[in-house]
Amino acid sequence: MATKAIVGEKVGMTQVWAEDNRIIPVTVLKVEPARIVQVKTTERDGYTALQVTYGSKDAKKLTKPQAGHFAKVGVNPGRRVVELRLDNVDGYEVGQEITVDTLVAGQKIDVTAISRGKGFAGTMKRHNFKGQGASHGNHKHHRAPGSVGSCSFPGRVFKGVRMSGHMGHEQVTTLNLEVVSADPERNLLLVKGSVPGPNGGVVIVRNAVKGK
Amino acid sequence: MTKARAMKNTDLVDQQYLRDDVPDFGPGDELKVHVRVVEGNRERVQVFQGNVIGRSGSGVQESFKVRKISFSVGVERTFPVHSPTIQKIEVIRRGDVRRAKLYYLRDRVGKSAKIKEKRQA
Repeated sequence: MATKAIVGEKVGMTQVWAEDNRIIPVTVLKVEPARIVQVKTTERDGYTALQVTYGSKDAKKLTKPQAGHFAKVGVNPGRRVVELRLDNVDGYEVGQEITVDTLVAGQKIDVTAISRGKGFAGTMKRHNFKGQGASHGNHKHHRAPGSVGSCSFPGRVFKGVRMSGHMGHEQVTTLNLEVVSADPERNLLLVKGSVPGPNGGVVIVRNAVKGK
Repeated sequence: MTKARAMKNTDLVDQQYLRDDVPDFGPGDELKVHVRVVEGNRERVQVFQGNVIGRSGSGVQESFKVRKISFSVGVERTFPVHSPTIQKIEVIRRGDVRRAKLYYLRDRVGKSAKIKEKRQA
């Protein structure tokens, strides 16, 4: 599992020029310093993680339980509370800040976010089915899935047959993206390529767990 | 012809890559584009001269197409407006055209492929 993780928000995509004058497509992430609210340990919680918050939130808008949680550890309340699962939480303590410079340019990372919701989607969009012919006598079955099973034996549709249904709005992790630059002054992280989710969505970045 | 540009979320990254030495030019204008070319470890400047047949995109992603006739073969090149490989852009001549994209020039040869010069008022 990961040894380093931070949380940010997706700003949008753009492009930058590399030193060899090639265009690099990048996703801009705003990574504000994250304050540790709680350190979860195997002995107490059964797993290791950091509970962090970032940004700021009006203290009046907190619920009583939230306010108490922040007040107890003496951390300023932030916009969201996010948990970062890590291999080892030694050396982290409550109140400590994690900033974007935990990552360096060139490093491989994995990015986790909630993907854009597509609603109730048909099989062509959801499972890349081919659909059916546009002509040759086809009538109102252009995007239909076709057959979903056999005849009186087995007399039912097998479980797990791919059909239409809800698509998107699920957790997606993109592996092995590359950090183009990490700017602690402006709290920006530029990642090569695309990142799941809409602009403004919460994104968790951790060092790559597979490959190099 | 400076366009008021809408704010984009990524402006704070884009700003540093925008060039401020790009002259004002549009479709129909004749340009000399000085392009840096790297051959091995030597760098030289190549000039591509032709007519602008369109601009597309906005912000850092904006690009323009230049068309010229080279040894009676039409050659088109697309350049990013803010590319660091462009050393400079010279406007040779202003064209008088009525559309934004001059793709009709591809089907024309000889006199009908000429662009009228814009007469200064």
